[in-house]
Amino acid sequence: MGPILAPGNVAPDFTLPVTPDQSLSLRDLRGRPVVLAFYPADWSPVCGDQMSLYNEIHPEFQKYKAEVIGISVDGPWCHAAFSKDRRLHFPLLSDFEPKGAVAKAYGVYREKEGVCERALFVIDEDGVIFWSYCSPIAVNPGADGILEALENLQKARQGHGQPESARRAS
Amino acid sequence: MANLKVPVGQADHVVGEVDAPVTLVEYGDYECPHCGHAHPIVQVVQKHFGKQLRFVFRNFPLTQIHPRAEMAAETAEFAGAKGRFWEMHDAIFENQSRLSPAFLLQLAGKIGLPSDDLEAALEGHEFRPRIKDDFMGGVRSGVNGTPTFFINGERYEGSWEFEDLVEAIEEQLPQKAERRRAS
Repeated sequence: MGPILAPGNVAPDFTLPVTPDQSLSLRDLRGRPVVLAFYPADWSPVCGDQMSLYNEIHPEFQKYKAEVIGISVDGPWCHAAFSKDRRLHFPLLSDFEPKGAVAKAYGVYREKEGVCERALFVIDEDGVIFWSYCSPIAVNPGADGILEALENLQKARQGHGQPESARRAS
Repeated sequence: MANLKVPVGQADHVVGEVDAPVTLVEYGDYECPHCGHAHPIVQVVQKHFGKQLRFVFRNFPLTQIHPRAEMAAETAEFAGAKGRFWEMHDAIFENQSRLSPAFLLQLAGKIGLPSDDLEAALEGHEFRPRIKDDFMGGVRSGVNGTPTFFINGERYEGSWEFEDLVEAIEEQLPQKAERRRAS
């Protein structure tokens, strides 16, 4: 498996089940930042697991108009139960069949255990990876890195826009 | 390595001296069983280090999985505004399985705080902004669950059992060597 996809790469497109009878494609989310959070498995036995944390911070992500998506190799029924239990406000995708194919495309699949890494991607409005991070598998990476990346992305956009409009004004 | 982004300041709930060589900051959730488990341990750790340790508690309620955590935090903050934070903090953790609104009001009464005022404060979510500030400061500092401890500003990754916490704190003591010789 290759290394985790670095910023500047086009984020590989995918279509994965988001519920037992619906699917979601990355390209459907063009036009807004996307936070892709790969994680090893539903039901990790801690409070404040990664997904619950993002759920709590969800309003902050929305300030950046960002879509948050969790991805693991768990099946859609498992995700449905987990999502209901943790009252998650964002979708969980099943990288279930072929198993781990999307994680592999992003360079974040652990062959030995057959699960995704704890890896985070912030993808910009045009579908290009803006920031990525792979955490040690046992360490919940938190949300500080994501928020910082979203902030930087917003700044980069504004920085880009300003000289343009300034030129037009002069 | 995650570092504490919001330095300990005036707004914090602090036990201990400003010049204590070690500051332990906990981000916690009153309904989190792990925080409940850590609570008496932290108390013993505080006793163990005495004046050497300053302890700070900040709110990190995961309200989506702990529906009573926010109200409990607001209750503690209400008590804090009246100078009684730690009494309420301890009482809440000691009664973690019974955090109904009625029980929180009762606790206020027991501590000698007007439960009517608490009821109004809870209804108006008077202390929610402060709790939110704690929470977002925690997020920025890399808090990834509860409890998360910072020892002298650095996120502590170890277990929060007594021996491990003590060892990690001792690492930060300047007189570590002398203490060892003396004991």
